[in-house]
Amino acid sequence: MLLIHCPYCQEERPELEFRHAGEAHIARPTDMAALSDADFERFFFIRSNPKGIVFERWRHIHGCARFFNAARDTVSDRFLATYRAGDPKPALDGEGA
Amino acid sequence: MTQPFRIATAGRLGHADPVRFSFDGRILMGLSGDTLASALIANGIHLVGRSFKYHRPRGIVSAGAEEPNALVGIHRDAARRTPNVRATVQEVYEGLEAVSQNRWPSLAFDVGALNDVASPFFSAGFYYKTFMWPKAAWERLYEPFIRRAAGLGVAPDRPDPDLYANRFAHCDVLVIGGGAAGLAAALAAAETGAQVILADEQAQTGGALRYETGAVIDGQAGWDWAQTVTADLAARDNVRLLTRTTGFGYYAQNMVGLVERLTDHLAAPDPARPRERLWQVRAKRAVLATGAIERHMVFPGNDRPGIMLASAARTYLNHFGVAVGRNIAVYAADDGAWLAALDLHRAGVGVAAIVDARADVAGPHVEEAKRLGVACLPAHAVTGTTGRLRVSSIRVSPVAGGAARDIACDALLTSAGWTPAVHLFSQSRGKLVFEAETQRFLPGSNAQDVACAGACAGASGLAETVEQGLEAGARAGGATGGRTVAVREARGESWTGGMLGPADNGTGAKAFVDFQNDVTAKDIRQAVREGMRSIEHVKRFTTTGMATDQGKTSNMHGLAIAAAMLGKPIPEVGLTTFRAPYTPVTFGALAGHSRGALFEPVRRTPIHSWAEENGAEFEDVGQWKRAWYFPRNGEELHAAVARECRTVRASAGIFDASTLGKIEVVGPDAARFMELMYTNPWTKLGVGRCRYGVMLREDGFIYDDGVVGRLAEDRFHVTTTTGGAPRVLNHMEDYLQTEFPDLRVFLTSTSEQWAVIAVQGPRSRDIIAPLVERIDLSDEAMPHMSVREGSICGVPTRLFRMSFTGERGFEINVPADFGRAVWEAVWAEGRKHDACAYGTEAMHVLRAEKGFIIVGQETDGTVTPHDAGLGWAIGRNKADFVGMRGLRRADLVAPGRKQLVGLKTKDPDVVLDEGAQIVADPNQPVPMTMLGHVTSSYWSENCGRSIALALVAGGHDRMGETLHVPMPGGAIAVEVTSTVFFDEKGERANG
Repeated sequence: MLLIHCPYCQEERPELEFRHAGEAHIARPTDMAALSDADFERFFFIRSNPKGIVFERWRHIHGCARFFNAARDTVSDRFLATYRAGDPKPALDGEGA
Repeated sequence: MTQPFRIATAGRLGHADPVRFSFDGRILMGLSGDTLASALIANGIHLVGRSFKYHRPRGIVSAGAEEPNALVGIHRDAARRTPNVRATVQEVYEGLEAVSQNRWPSLAFDVGALNDVASPFFSAGFYYKTFMWPKAAWERLYEPFIRRAAGLGVAPDRPDPDLYANRFAHCDVLVIGGGAAGLAAALAAAETGAQVILADEQAQTGGALRYETGAVIDGQAGWDWAQTVTADLAARDNVRLLTRTTGFGYYAQNMVGLVERLTDHLAAPDPARPRERLWQVRAKRAVLATGAIERHMVFPGNDRPGIMLASAARTYLNHFGVAVGRNIAVYAADDGAWLAALDLHRAGVGVAAIVDARADVAGPHVEEAKRLGVACLPAHAVTGTTGRLRVSSIRVSPVAGGAARDIACDALLTSAGWTPAVHLFSQSRGKLVFEAETQRFLPGSNAQDVACAGACAGASGLAETVEQGLEAGARAGGATGGRTVAVREARGESWTGGMLGPADNGTGAKAFVDFQNDVTAKDIRQAVREGMRSIEHVKRFTTTGMATDQGKTSNMHGLAIAAAMLGKPIPEVGLTTFRAPYTPVTFGALAGHSRGALFEPVRRTPIHSWAEENGAEFEDVGQWKRAWYFPRNGEELHAAVARECRTVRASAGIFDASTLGKIEVVGPDAARFMELMYTNPWTKLGVGRCRYGVMLREDGFIYDDGVVGRLAEDRFHVTTTTGGAPRVLNHMEDYLQTEFPDLRVFLTSTSEQWAVIAVQGPRSRDIIAPLVERIDLSDEAMPHMSVREGSICGVPTRLFRMSFTGERGFEINVPADFGRAVWEAVWAEGRKHDACAYGTEAMHVLRAEKGFIIVGQETDGTVTPHDAGLGWAIGRNKADFVGMRGLRRADLVAPGRKQLVGLKTKDPDVVLDEGAQIVADPNQPVPMTMLGHVTSSYWSENCGRSIALALVAGGHDRMGETLHVPMPGGAIAVEVTSTVFFDEKGERANG
């Protein structure tokens, strides 16, 4: 069981309190009505799913209930950073690459 | 009853209490402190089981957790029958009942042993090659036969009556293993003031010091030092000492799973105490002092009872005071086995010969053996054994070839060296490195904050072991100045020698590598010959290293044999993955308290007790218990439901709708938020009005639905499906927090704040009118689909006029604590109008009569509002809502989609099966073209016939068509109809 640092509660809490919520930094288009099929496909279906560092959304659902973002290495399963929703991707100083 | 192999002057049990136990019904005596294995050997019993595949007689191989052979059933009572218990770890207690496994009719005479005679036919990959066809025979013939013939113990057939506890713990330093290294590490860490947990799988700490004679640490005999240190640790406030506790799994971020066995060693455990406790320990740092596991020698006939590991024989002698035979022999490629022979010789046991596969054996142990006149045969191999149920002689030949000779013995001690127990380190994702010189995999680079100390880290003797433990413990405790504890001297054996694979050049037939799976050297060679290149393939083809012991004694042998066949160095062939658990863990320990009534919470409505008192039958809806129907005078389901449905439409029914999900959407931007979350328009919905809302996912498919009331410009009372409440709130929160964070809206779950009493039927208003205050119930003041706040029975209420039955109806929301009182008041009024209480089954029928969908029944995550006939619920002039763009996807607007329709069977008395498939041509050969399926189907008392809803390809254009539902008894003809079967104009809801 992982320990995850909630950027809102500012503490590490056990994984049981959290729920994964898919890839991060995929903004919902503001011009939904005008979106082409290709753009909708990119927005809704295409995910990067890399081996290595992923940026993903989590929700502290059994805690503060906030959604936040995390950078995690899928190889080591280590969290490299967690940060608030809306914040830019953090600079990762080469760790876990 | 004597114990003929007990040596009073040897071992540590001394004057321990005698203990009476039984093995296969035979009453035997042991001593308190014995394991089942040591007590059996004290009675001269080595034969304890039959092997998995060939049913060969098998004995006790080890004295510890690595035991591959000596698996027995331990029976306490009818419900407490534990199979596959290692006799080497089970402590004896007064009255212990052990039974052998995998034999019939008896251990000494076993019919299954015919497999052994036929063994040439059961070689590696046998199952894959032989039972190929016909396919159907697998299920009916082969599998049941194999399962009966090849097996271990029998699982108990009653529920486990024992309790299992679990605990989470945090510590600075977790030490796994309480041998010399682990004790030294725990002591050094404790000195720093760190919070320490020390876990050891045995009843007493001490590890290999149990058998190592002559070890001296800090001026004391090794074992005595271990007990002194243990007492010291136990007295410290910052140390938690757990014996009979196995570290079985190493997980991410230094989370280690331990299982503590609390009562398996007790004669009369208190049933109120847990049998086992699962510990989930989060350690800042861990020290693994897991020791090493001795390997057996690989040679033909190496599996006869009486053939065992040298360290096991020493343990039985030096700790338990039990001789493993009267006239033993040794076959080894390792110095330690010589010490075992010397120990036994000293205790008066005859030593027939010491056979060593190595040519150059030298050292004080060799000199001593020669001085004692023991036949020493270096550069020799054992090439065969005799003895049906116990070894009686060994055949010895020079390794280089030459004349063989037979040597009589009643036990054979073997040692091919030591395999470091790197299981937990590997589980921690640490990298292993192969040390070619000693042919060992040792811990390499770390992935977590963990250190290894002692034999598992490759220490070459006791002095280095203690040294490594002290250093690892001090560092783990955070000491910066090096050592925290001084140990004056650690003097003991050093471990040298060892080999992998067989020493002789034979075929490897009956030269067992893996005892538990009956895998021989020949099998592994054959696997390579048949094309297995990776050790993972060899493992799966031969089953080597599988089953309860996971190849602790065998994996390195198997790997070396495969590598030799492939002509590759061992690291290139690879090592099979170490996975948790290290030793078997009971499901009970993993489940803990989470079983039976505590497996999942049960949710009951405030009106539940009334329903119970009034004879309701309940059904489970998610975690909820919902009243299903209210039988009267012994009615069965259908009669009760027919009466309830009739009564609702004739007079009125009262229904507990409290389980509905409820979310309060509040804030200046509440209407804008609702516009985005639901397909419907909301901004123009007047205060006091309700609307049926449809929620989509971004892909355009229906996610949830429910009636929403607007209580104020900035306040919506949203209802969701019973099962959907948590995910709908999550969905809303997701969009609010991450996509529309600028909207000023608060979301609050109010599902359990309100009890909901639905009153439905022509008399519904008459029933509630006497109870309602401050609300005008007239049709003009409060039309269908409106909501008012006021009070009922003096209690505040949100009163909805809405209908899931098609009748005039109300849903009374009152604070949950008043739910039952208000229900009873409504019930009392209802009885004046011949109303009934109705349950979920009647609710389902009534809504189906009106064609109202249930999300999850009519929809399955691939149904759009158009498909479900809800296109009218989509706001035409909206710029955006979740799912709007998804709905325009090509596949979602293509013709021929499955659409919701009604079905009427040509024979009105026939009720279709829900889930049944629908076809156009019932005579089409299989596989038929399936057009869709029945989603809901009921007998409708109000329509006087059966009714059904179905998803049918192009269904909206098939009105009036005849389709067919093929069933085992023949196809059923149906007519495609509208989804509304009753009151098609929908006039009744308006009164």
